Amino acid sequence: MTHGNGSDYPPAPPASARRVLGHAVTRIEDLPLVTGRGRYAGDINFAHQLHMRVVRSTKAHGKILSVDASAAVAMKGVVAVWTNADIADLSPIDFRADKNATGIREFRQPALARTYVRYIGDPVAAVFAEEPYLAEDAAEQVAVEIEELPVVMSASDPPGEFEPGRSSEAIVLHHSFGDVAAAFRDAAHIVEIDVQTGRHSGVPLETRGAIGIYDAARDLLELHGAAKIPHRNRETLCRMLKRSPSALHVHESHVGGGFGIRGELYPEDLLVLVAAMRFGRPVKWIEDRREHLMCANQGREQRHKARMALDKDGHILGIEDEIFHDQGAYIRTHGVNVPNRTMCMMTGAYRVPAYRAKARVRLTNKTPAATYRAPGRYESTFVRSRLMDAAAHRLGIDRVEIRRRNLIKPSELPYTIAFDEPGVEALDFDSGDYPALLDKALAAYGWDALQADLKRRRTAGELVGSGIAIFMEESGRGPADNAKVKVDPDGAVELITGGASLGQGFETVMAQICAEALGVDYRRVRVVHGQTDLIDHGIGAHAARATVLTGGAVHVTATMVRDKALEFASELLQTPAADLDIVDGTVMRKNGSGGPSIALADLAKRMAPGSKLLRGRAPQLAAHGWYNTDHTVFPYGIHLATVRVDGDTGRIAVERFMVAYDVGRAVNPLLIEGQLVGGCIQGLGGALSEEFVYDETGEPLSATFADYLMPTLREAPDVEVLLTEDAPSPRHPLGLKGAGEGGINGAGGVIASAIDDALQMPGAITRLPVTPQRIRTLLRRRAGP
Amino acid sequence: MTDRVDITLIINGRSHAISVEPRKTLVDAIRDDCGQTGTHIGCEHGICGTCTVILDGEAIRACLMFAIQADGRKLRTVEGLADGDTLHPLQQAFIDHHGLQCGFCTPGFLMLAVNALEHNPDIGDDELLDVLSSNLCRCTGYQNIVKAVKAARDQMRGMKG
Repeated sequence: MTHGNGSDYPPAPPASARRVLGHAVTRIEDLPLVTGRGRYAGDINFAHQLHMRVVRSTKAHGKILSVDASAAVAMKGVVAVWTNADIADLSPIDFRADKNATGIREFRQPALARTYVRYIGDPVAAVFAEEPYLAEDAAEQVAVEIEELPVVMSASDPPGEFEPGRSSEAIVLHHSFGDVAAAFRDAAHIVEIDVQTGRHSGVPLETRGAIGIYDAARDLLELHGAAKIPHRNRETLCRMLKRSPSALHVHESHVGGGFGIRGELYPEDLLVLVAAMRFGRPVKWIEDRREHLMCANQGREQRHKARMALDKDGHILGIEDEIFHDQGAYIRTHGVNVPNRTMCMMTGAYRVPAYRAKARVRLTNKTPAATYRAPGRYESTFVRSRLMDAAAHRLGIDRVEIRRRNLIKPSELPYTIAFDEPGVEALDFDSGDYPALLDKALAAYGWDALQADLKRRRTAGELVGSGIAIFMEESGRGPADNAKVKVDPDGAVELITGGASLGQGFETVMAQICAEALGVDYRRVRVVHGQTDLIDHGIGAHAARATVLTGGAVHVTATMVRDKALEFASELLQTPAADLDIVDGTVMRKNGSGGPSIALADLAKRMAPGSKLLRGRAPQLAAHGWYNTDHTVFPYGIHLATVRVDGDTGRIAVERFMVAYDVGRAVNPLLIEGQLVGGCIQGLGGALSEEFVYDETGEPLSATFADYLMPTLREAPDVEVLLTEDAPSPRHPLGLKGAGEGGINGAGGVIASAIDDALQMPGAITRLPVTPQRIRTLLRRRAGP
Repeated sequence: MTDRVDITLIINGRSHAISVEPRKTLVDAIRDDCGQTGTHIGCEHGICGTCTVILDGEAIRACLMFAIQADGRKLRTVEGLADGDTLHPLQQAFIDHHGLQCGFCTPGFLMLAVNALEHNPDIGDDELLDVLSSNLCRCTGYQNIVKAVKAARDQMRGMKG
């Protein structure tokens, strides 16, 4: 078999029946990282490299009148200062997926601003110098004259002008199904909310960086410091720079976290590549933290005016939502994916007969926004949770009970949600038992006993409460991925993937999948990723695809090698292949029955080119396989939290936090829990303290870690993880679903739910983050006049 | 551009004779002039702690010092923790307890923890949390970092006998 397709597979066996798959083994990528021998973008250096420093707009909106770089250029060691005129042929940065391109191409960002600047931080000029400190000195000498224009700082405000004759409301998107008018007409109850998720983002510890290098000897242009989606980025770069794929390669080394925001193409990536070609020297760019907080993709900022229609028993009849999506200054590589995902995933795990959503994608004079971990889902889960809590309060039904009543039942799966709009893909839930996970989570959390306990504490004067949020995740989107597996003559296995590692444990997971199929020790598998010159196609690591899609390809390919090994071994061992197994790298009779055996290493040697054993067959114990799928798979989960509000300071203490998550089948529970816990804490940051704030002139006020407050150990509760494998995906040969984005998905929703309960003010939380200041305002309101 | 100053940084017992501008930060000198890139830069304003190194027995943020201030003084960075192929118990504990994901904050946490445990091998849980809350991690949610450091503390206490 050369490829697997996405039809239903037999149920995948549990971990106990596997040798390494499903086991919490330690990671193979850790050794260099704990010994300081990692190679992040900042650690990469080439001889004679130049350093780039970007000159950025100090005004949020304006027309560039002049750029005077004369003082900078005169400095010794400064090689050049570029403005848009120096890269006039370069198109603005393209979208990754062309299908989103209609009507919004005009809002793309040029690598250097040409006529207008649209956010503080917008690149205006680029300095190239012999040393990084010098480049920064020179950048400060570049004088940019800007004629200020009015700013639009909120997506709720009337749109302004992106440019003369073009509104800053870029596009209005629609998702709908069913008869929404009838739903609201017939409703026994209608709840309406007006809520917002605040602007925040992934903010990885490593800032962005890129090194461009042009090898004139081979006419090869290379980008180092790549991440997330090397192959897709290469496609875009080739298109923009008019080079064929074999003439441009992208290389990923170690990456200090991504969370969706690193690895998209930014102006600086283009600049270092063009500069490398033009100067004939490597060009290195590493941003500082302040730049990162003003220029790397931000996200989450949406306002939802939503309403829900219910019957008298609390069953959802319909949902309607108007979204004001704050896109920031430009539409970057993701096009309008985020508002689309928001609308698409709004109904979650509930049965919703009718739905209508409209998303106004509005540009503002802030940093451009794009995908951040669980994009569109963090937002929509927050909105849906607020609606469900509002419905519970309105109908006088328990918050958990009303959710239970509306959950899609296991007997209804596979469950399809199809939208009216052409081109909007349907959601096709593959497997799941949402009520069962709800029961397990509540039991594990001790929910019922907790309610009594909290009531008692509230009576004693504490502001304590609990919250719930149920979320649907999506992962493993196709269409295809591939892998190359080869067993060396010394028994080591080389696995080449088109994947990417952002720190999530990609190498270990792929090694486990490969080792399971091939019968070797997972530590003998060398996993290669992020090198476009070693494999031609890859989906990188995003949207929780790696384990499912790349893992699928690894499984298929390793199985091909296994089959080849057994075919040749059966000839050498004079035993039918069906009676053979591979254990710890040795082919032997099954069930330890003894008899002749051969190590894979020796088999590989015997299969070398020219060997008589081949008899016309392809040499080497190797294969290149593909995994194709039409289907996305759907993991799901539940967040539960207990909070205590300090009545004086307004600070929220998260006393307990749980994420219950069904991952289908786990490759490595240790790593999955790591993803879930990390996601939970990140999500809490966005729920309680992280926010990019701008003043009325567009000045970013959260440009240092003293202002942009991420959770420290002190703010991080111990997250309880309930990991289940109730619903393996029938669409995947190993039953796998992804886990990268589950932890963060419901964090905003659950915290809002818990704080409402703690304050005994249903519906109080309408805005994230719930900062102490906002709590104090609520407390004053609660105390009354 | 000001004149450079000749200084010597003693990193993990090895002397590095370098020539730096007075304004060059210690972390930049360690990384660029001495080629020890295990120490990372996360914020350059002293909050994230990824640049934590040990200077004369004290954990400091190398982004907040100038290189010339460390002239002739004893620096320890993550590259000096292992003894040849034998990992420091903290390094092993981070691996065993999945205390790292992307690894960018890891050297800073390791040096912070090493220093705390060397000063007080019997450090209590609360004080340990206090120390560890100095540094930021964006990937792990801290849970496994705490597990790893506690495990190493307990193991090292046991080893002392």
